Amino acid sequence: MKYSLTEEQEMIRDLCRIVADEKIRPVAAKYDEEQTFPWDVVKAMGDADLFGIFIPEEYGGLGGGVMELCIAVEELSKACGGIALALAGTALASFPIILFGSEEQKRKYLPDIAAGKKLAAFALTEPNAGSDAAAIQTSAVRDGDCYVLNGTKQWITNAGEAEIYTVFAVTNRSKGSRGATAFLLEKGMSGFDFGKKENKLGVRASATGEIILRDCRVPKENVLGREGLGFLIAMKTFDQSRPGVAAQALGIAQGALDEAVFYARERVQFGKPISSFQGLQFMLADMATEIEAARALVYQTARAIDAGEKNIAKESAMCKVFASDVAMKVTINAVQVLGGYGYMKDYPVEKMMRDAKITQIYEGTNEIQRGIIAANLIKEYARKKK
Amino acid sequence: MQIIVCIKQVPDTTNIKINPETNTLIREGVECIVNPFDMYAIEEAIRLKERCGGKITALTMGPPQAESALREALSLGVDEAVLISNRAFAGSDTWATSFTLASAIRKIGHYDIILCGKQAIDGDTAQVGPGVAAHLNIPQITFVKKIEEVTDRSIRAERMMEEGFQILESPLPVLLTVVKEINEPRLPSLRGKMKARKADIPVWGPEDIDVGGDQIGLNGSPTYVAKIFAPERKGSGKIFRGDAEEAVDQLIHELRSGKLI
Ligand SMILES: Cc1cc2nc3c(=O)[nH]c(=O)nc-3n(C[C@H](O)[C@H](O)[C@H](O)COP(=O)(O)OP(=O)(O)OC[C@H]3O[C@@H](n4cnc5c(N)ncnc54)[C@H](O)[C@@H]3O)c2cc1C
Ligand SMILES: Cc1cc2nc3c(=O)[nH]c(=O)nc-3n(C[C@H](O)[C@H](O)[C@H](O)COP(=O)(O)OP(=O)(O)OC[C@H]3O[C@@H](n4cnc5c(N)ncnc54)[C@H](O)[C@@H]3O)c2cc1C
Repeated sequence: MKYSLTEEQEMIRDLCRIVADEKIRPVAAKYDEEQTFPWDVVKAMGDADLFGIFIPEEYGGLGGGVMELCIAVEELSKACGGIALALAGTALASFPIILFGSEEQKRKYLPDIAAGKKLAAFALTEPNAGSDAAAIQTSAVRDGDCYVLNGTKQWITNAGEAEIYTVFAVTNRSKGSRGATAFLLEKGMSGFDFGKKENKLGVRASATGEIILRDCRVPKENVLGREGLGFLIAMKTFDQSRPGVAAQALGIAQGALDEAVFYARERVQFGKPISSFQGLQFMLADMATEIEAARALVYQTARAIDAGEKNIAKESAMCKVFASDVAMKVTINAVQVLGGYGYMKDYPVEKMMRDAKITQIYEGTNEIQRGIIAANLIKEYARKKK
Repeated sequence: MQIIVCIKQVPDTTNIKINPETNTLIREGVECIVNPFDMYAIEEAIRLKERCGGKITALTMGPPQAESALREALSLGVDEAVLISNRAFAGSDTWATSFTLASAIRKIGHYDIILCGKQAIDGDTAQVGPGVAAHLNIPQITFVKKIEEVTDRSIRAERMMEEGFQILESPLPVLLTVVKEINEPRLPSLRGKMKARKADIPVWGPEDIDVGGDQIGLNGSPTYVAKIFAPERKGSGKIFRGDAEEAVDQLIHELRSGKLI
């Protein structure tokens, strides 16, 4: 199907396809097994300008939007959802700078990200604050021209590998959801350390780790927006970034469908290719249909965001929920289509099934997304007359 | 350092079909690519520029659609491109092709290093590079697998030979043809692709490079093609079936009796 992509979007897709085929697919299983960070691939992605896609031209990027980012993440995720996360995680951490950063902060940080010289990470989650982000305990106390940060962040994508960190901390506990502030931290600041590296089910080529802040002094120039805007910044960022997670899910699902159909045409049982059995045909038909529906929702939402639509939380949540649920279902069925071979590490579908799971959990679990969708829905109807 | 790369657009022969009646390529629906060896030439040109500075110009002679090969070169980091295209050039053999390319290079004027692929995967003659050097009356080093040293006056390069290699030194300007061992071509970048899409590519005809008449195209081609035929099909292989050990014994027996081992 044609998706009415612009010439530039097609260019991005084609180039990402080349990067995926030549640089990612050949090493996806290796990095999954070793669970090390794929710096060689990330460097190739940087050389291809992929980290500049979503960054404005005046800061060294290519000036694309959410749609361009989604196309890239989808295409890379077909080959490896974990490696694609180096890009998606960097985008997640860059959006707060793009949306709320001062001119100076943008000039200081965005060009290096766009050039692929520095990765970025977004640090909100803590041991006792997952879905309930407002429960974060990391504190930031003003001291002269600095803030002093203390606390622990966990499960942070790109932790240890990134140079630039968007960190959320409480500046005024009495103000509740208006009491958090976003800071820009740099690797190497004194009092900024890394803790445990996680051993994971999926996206094992992505680094997920702990950040430990012990009296970390951060200059006040590194506050994003202003004091108290932390949660607003996080929520507005998620509205922009959730289609990216959806695109990751979409890519993983498409990758799994591709494997399943190729395999079903080759594998012979009862004297016929298994693709001739209606039981499998219907499964493949449903997989393909759901992927197409997910793609339509993701692309449409991404385009709406880029067109400047303001109230996008509901649709942004919808595409993340839908695409990630599709990815989970499709990858499970892809393993089913490949039978015992699908269960083996010799074929990529078991990895895709493991990789798909995270898309239902991070950037707000699907339960939290459904909550967002319902809350917006009910609010909209409250305004309508019957 | 002024560098010129000659590139040829060729059909992607990995999935090509031959018309069994005429013994010619079926070109319809076949994707065109930059001759793979020329990708190494482009990469080496970019590396030379990264080392010594300067400018790279890509050159191709071909039909109008060969422009896309030049845009690909531009997307990789080539600075300028020229398409040599005109009906008058059609039917060029290797002599006419290299004469035409040499004339275009003379027109460009200043050049230190000219890079070509070892051979084109369709014509396969490996004559055009040396031909260009001969027409320009400059030295050539063919089958280069490594450039050891370049100064603004000379170059030292390793040539791949069937047994071992040679190290040659030459003054500039020089023409090199490169083998795939020389480097690993980079992927294009988005910025490069966008620049390439917008680039102006001049098209030069015979009058632009001061050639014409019986120097170019079919008239300028001394090659006379008497007959084209497909190589005789080899008989189909033999498959030894059954238990692996038995099959191997049979195979060894067969090879021995054929005096092959
Ligand atoms: C690989 C990986 C990478 C990550 N990367 C990052 C990152 O880069 N930056 C970052 O800040 N965080 C990151 N996270 C954290 C991630 O965003 C959280 O795991 C997620 O928000 C869920 O929080 P939790 O795991 O604490 O689950 P919990 O909040 O403890 O939830 C447990 C279960 O309860 C359900 N639940 C919770 N509250 C409700 C409710 N109100 N209604 C219904 N159900 C509910 C949840 O849906 C879930 O099923 C990452 C996590 C992983 C695993
Ligand atoms: C037996 C035979 C019959 C032929 N008959 C015909 C015919 O009837 N009609 C016809 O049109 N052609 C014909 N050709 C094809 C034609 O001669 C060659 O395709 C052409 O001259 C280039 O030679 P090549 O492909 O062997 O390139 P090679 O010499 O193998 O190429 C070496 C390098 O030279 C450079 N180069 C080659 N061609 C170009 C180019 N066009 N522009 C820029 N750089 C280039 C590249 O760097 C390339 O890697 C015939 C060829 C043969 C061998």
